[in-house]
Amino acid sequence: MTPTATGPVVDVAGVAFEYHRSPVLDGVTFRVGPGELVALTGPNGSGKTTLLRVVLGLLPQSQGSVRLFGDPPQHVRERGRIGYVPQIRASAELLPATVRDVVTSGRLARRGWWRPAGTADRRAVDDALHLVGLDDLADRRLATLSGGQQQRAFIAKALATDPELLILDEPTTGIDAESQRRFRDTLVTAARQHDTAVLLVSHDLGAVADDLDRVVLLRHGHVVFDGPPVGLTASGVSLGVHGTDLPVWLEGLG
Amino acid sequence: MSLAALPLPWPFEREFMQLALVSGLVVGVSAPLIGTFMVHKRLSLMGDGIGHVAFAGVAAGLLAGVWPIWTALASAVVGAVTIEWLRSRGRAAGDLALAVLFYSGIAGGVVLTGLAGSLDAGTLTYLFGSILTVDRPDAVTVTVLGAVIVACVAVSWRALFSIVLDEEAARVSGLPVDALNLGLAALTAVTVVAGMRIVGVLLVAALMVLPVGAAQRFARSFGATLVLASVIGATSAIAGLVIARQWALAPGGTIVLVAAAVFAVAAIVSQVPWLARRLPRPARSPR
Repeated sequence: MTPTATGPVVDVAGVAFEYHRSPVLDGVTFRVGPGELVALTGPNGSGKTTLLRVVLGLLPQSQGSVRLFGDPPQHVRERGRIGYVPQIRASAELLPATVRDVVTSGRLARRGWWRPAGTADRRAVDDALHLVGLDDLADRRLATLSGGQQQRAFIAKALATDPELLILDEPTTGIDAESQRRFRDTLVTAARQHDTAVLLVSHDLGAVADDLDRVVLLRHGHVVFDGPPVGLTASGVSLGVHGTDLPVWLEGLG
Repeated sequence: MSLAALPLPWPFEREFMQLALVSGLVVGVSAPLIGTFMVHKRLSLMGDGIGHVAFAGVAAGLLAGVWPIWTALASAVVGAVTIEWLRSRGRAAGDLALAVLFYSGIAGGVVLTGLAGSLDAGTLTYLFGSILTVDRPDAVTVTVLGAVIVACVAVSWRALFSIVLDEEAARVSGLPVDALNLGLAALTAVTVVAGMRIVGVLLVAALMVLPVGAAQRFARSFGATLVLASVIGATSAIAGLVIARQWALAPGGTIVLVAAAVFAVAAIVSQVPWLARRLPRPARSPR
């Protein structure tokens, strides 16, 4: 039995992080269980990106602990259990690569980086492309797709390993309505049908606001709210947060 | 059997041209393979910087009485690994680290060459290349280095593509990103040394970059870009040798000028409206 069968997939406990002796995160605690759809949100500068990087094991916390599947992030041996969707970089858009190239590269976490793709890999790639609705665009060059379609390609890349944890960094920023709808369907399918734990780091939760199990709200490096979205919306708060400044609705929560 | 006995047509009927053809083809194929990754890591000039360090190695070899290829290889690998170490740890911005490498390398080369008292035609051979004077040991060395490059890329190109796509995501997926980046830097050094006798340390980076710039305008996938860039590199080497022989031009420079011409033609042709619609040209699209 894996640790996730009984415990949380993501377990962040009392995490602090300092950058040049300035505290960025302080006493951050939250959990994400199997099949849970959790949003980590907050204004710019609240520490979301730093926390995301600590959770992924890309930055070491100065205090506290982070566990994925019961182990520190760096010690998770089966990396295919983690699907990560980063923000699309401008350089990625200019790569001479097809959508299939991008999605197939996601399978390296499962098969070993030196091995060519096999039948199982190709099947998994086709399934992931189908899940995000990009079957017909698989052999198109990434740069010729809209921003929303490109984002779906990167989600398919993360899903190609059939992950138990899916972490997405600002995945809906500025994408079209059709891609937002597809995005929402994909996350809900992953969480509800495949029991995938989903941690969505975003300013803008409008696309999935009705489907979230919990919202973790970060402000100045502290968790100021952790609970079901109804706890926020009951006080007249909208989850469709846009802009870069601290939204008015967050002011009262500090 | 002597290579001279090979019944090849003009201009490759003589042994020195056959050795030049082999060496040119090897570098023409292997340099763009490495260049594809460097271009997309925004490190197009890294080959140039390593070339300058390799020149310091050549000078050290001349001073010590050691075959300069080996000392160039050692200094180029050390320089490449150092710059990758500096870049990956954020100790220096990529362009600043390159600049330090450029100027330290060339200055060291000049000082060492002065000490050796050998700033002569032999030194210029490495600065500007001298493919027509490639002898058998040179050709064998270039071929072995080229084979190492092709074999390493054949094994690692999928992982290197994943790193180029997003280094952080590659790290999360468990790829040995640091080791692969260091390996790529070392292979860049090997490429520079392999091309040193062909087009010279000052021009070898051009063969790593120009064919890639042309290929990516036409190739749809990343794998196709690697193959097409190598085909363009090899074609440039052959065409450059033929043109240089016909008109008695400097072959290294001619090879690079052919590659530049191919790039220019590719850039123009890909802008022709009816063709542009059919090409997988990178097109900025609204998010």
